Amino acid sequence: MEDDKLLQIKDLVVEGLSDEKWQTLVNGISLTLKRGEVLGLIGESGAGKSTIGLAAMGYARQGCRIASGSIKLDKTELFNATPEYLRSIRGTKISYVAQSAAASFNPAHRVIKQYTEGPIRHGLMDSSQAEEEAIEIYDRLFLPNPEKIGFRYPHELSGGQLQRAMVAMAKSCQPDIIIFDEPTTALDVTTQIEVLAAIKEITEKMNKAALYITHDLAVVAQVAHRIMVLRHGSLVEEGNVREIIKNPQKQYTRDLLNVRNLRSEKSLAEKQDVILEIKDVEATYTGKEKVLQDINIRIKKGRTIALVGESGSGKSTLAKVITGLLPATHGKITFLGEELPLQLKHRDRDSLRKLQMIYQMPDTALNPRHTVRTVIGRPLEFYFGMKGKEVEDRTKELLEKIELNPDKYIDRYTTQLSGGEKQRVCIARALAAEPELIICDEITSALDQLVAEGVLKLLQNLQNELDVSYLFITHDLATVKAISDNIVIMLEGRVIEQGEKKEILSPPHHAYTDKLLGSIPEMDPDWLDNLLDERASIYLENPPNSLG
Amino acid sequence: MFKLLRQSPISARFGMIMIVLTLILAIFAPLIAPYEETKVVGDVWEEFSSKFYLGTDHIGRDLFTRMVYGARNTIALAFFTTAMSFSLGVLFGFLAASVGGWLEQILSRVFDILMAFPTLIFCLMILSIVGASIPNLIITVAILDSTRVYRLARAVAMDIAVMEFVEAARLRGEGNWWIMRHELLPNALPPLVAEFGLRFCFVFLFIASLSFLGLGIQPPTADWGGMVRENAGAITFGIYTPLFPAGAIAFLTVGVNLVVDWFLHIASRLED
Repeated sequence: MEDDKLLQIKDLVVEGLSDEKWQTLVNGISLTLKRGEVLGLIGESGAGKSTIGLAAMGYARQGCRIASGSIKLDKTELFNATPEYLRSIRGTKISYVAQSAAASFNPAHRVIKQYTEGPIRHGLMDSSQAEEEAIEIYDRLFLPNPEKIGFRYPHELSGGQLQRAMVAMAKSCQPDIIIFDEPTTALDVTTQIEVLAAIKEITEKMNKAALYITHDLAVVAQVAHRIMVLRHGSLVEEGNVREIIKNPQKQYTRDLLNVRNLRSEKSLAEKQDVILEIKDVEATYTGKEKVLQDINIRIKKGRTIALVGESGSGKSTLAKVITGLLPATHGKITFLGEELPLQLKHRDRDSLRKLQMIYQMPDTALNPRHTVRTVIGRPLEFYFGMKGKEVEDRTKELLEKIELNPDKYIDRYTTQLSGGEKQRVCIARALAAEPELIICDEITSALDQLVAEGVLKLLQNLQNELDVSYLFITHDLATVKAISDNIVIMLEGRVIEQGEKKEILSPPHHAYTDKLLGSIPEMDPDWLDNLLDERASIYLENPPNSLG
Repeated sequence: MFKLLRQSPISARFGMIMIVLTLILAIFAPLIAPYEETKVVGDVWEEFSSKFYLGTDHIGRDLFTRMVYGARNTIALAFFTTAMSFSLGVLFGFLAASVGGWLEQILSRVFDILMAFPTLIFCLMILSIVGASIPNLIITVAILDSTRVYRLARAVAMDIAVMEFVEAARLRGEGNWWIMRHELLPNALPPLVAEFGLRFCFVFLFIASLSFLGLGIQPPTADWGGMVRENAGAITFGIYTPLFPAGAIAFLTVGVNLVVDWFLHIASRLED
């Protein structure tokens, strides 16, 4: 059975240079990978997943080094192997699929040319052979129009298609092992399925071994046989997928599993005051094509409305229209009983104050040269004319509300905060204005699961305390389930369904809602297979025009 | 502030010492200089002696005295000019970036037109129309120099103006002036400061070349650039006189840049 072990990593230690000292990133990890096996590496950012993935190819990022341990690929030691040798095995024995296919493809070359580059470079095939093979693999990975799609440029393909083309590329030289580094993280749930199916096709039907790196336990459950849970570069727990999901041994794994669970239902005491009403709103960027059409939404006091849709559905545009950054070309927005001017510059200070916004990327939403004191203090000065001590006291009070220690954090620069802390400061900045409505634009998607969970809980508590309403823009349905009272589903710039959470989440739904809801990975290793079988049988009855 | 100074690296301290020395010379010029600025006190190009510490210049004025007064004129002139060109360039650059639209178009085209003329020739033309007084000199050079600053400031600010924290400030209802000062300026400072150090040195070289053409600082007022030019002929006779003002220019340039480097280092460290 020894022959079965394709990859053997023993006591791997990887260090990174930080503040002119070597700090341990991966601390003594050992793993083995057999032929045909998929091993999932799971953990939050900073857990060392990607570092292990790259080390398996004998590679360390700039500023990092593989300090000790042994990496055996097919019985050859990669630790301290020559660069020439490493180059010769990359692609042919082991290959890598990165998180963002859009950033990994060279935009100046056709997709198929990038596929054939590897086999030609390693002298395995000539270009016409390689192209034929590419087309065959594109077909197997369910890419629409496989004969032609490869001859397009990367920008002419969608994100999901590119990611599948990338998976195809990874297997172009027939490697034994493929490393998938968060291949679906940047994709919508509906596209994620297509890529997961493609990955399953490659690993199962073509008998490849794979390392699958992700932070999403439900995703890894679909493709992996075994899971290693990592935290801060060390192993937390390792085992069979089904066992870990059914019976996790460690608290940390349990926390990761629990994130997806529903929080307690909020009492839906009838509250009648509508604070924001959007009526027949239309908007356009170019003057011709409408990006929003016939939008009608009402938001009630103290409630959370989730605005759901894939990227490009117009969710963020609607936020821009409400805030007045992009004036609506048609329609009416009524806020607290008064009609809002459509343009930002015509709005008065008080209506600006009552409508606050929190952004997706806390890094760019906070000025890197301001301290927490300035960030939170400014709205206090600006809207309420507070000065000196008054500002300081109120700022500290707000910091306490967002569960950050006032004395420790008030004089920090925003760059000295972690992602979750930054997002909390953004929340405090919005709260400082004492708003009636806060628009939250994908505020958790840049955060790790457990951190995001903390932020959502905080928002929930604040709502209970302050009776503020949220318009929650997201593509993550798990979040929606967890926090919303009402749901609005958008597709291609229109609202296709809206109502109370219970109504929307229980059948019958609109066909698109159905697809969206059905695409959320569940914590069940058989979920993907069942879903694909189910969809395949529907397709057999009504063949779609294109699978893309 | 003191804490920051105490942590400064040795190179920055050198730079600061160099600048402070020059400033002391400049401020206390009448007390330090042994003679009057424009008085002929000896022979042409005398060697140094206990009477003339650095010898005399091409018409017999004490070189040390001229150097001390020259520091005053040169630094003041270069500083005011650079400060003014930066205020203009940064103000218009930020306005263009944060307001955008037709204002940006008009500003950019005006600056394009200014840049289309060779600086020296344009400057000569204007100075010969308005007359070569020191205020005229400062204003003219500052305006012409501000075109470069404008382009840099606008480019840097455009990158910052699209960030969400600027959008957040706009949604709060802040005016352009506040956004420019509090959101744009602190983030645009590192490249602007680096440019300041460089332009500061260019400006007094530029004024020296204007003096050479008779439109800069008018003799007998002492300035380092002018002194290099007046005494340049001496070098062919193996006389070191022009090396002193030239060395002084180099000395101040190096000092300013050492401090600027340190400042850049502090400014960029905040980012990581």
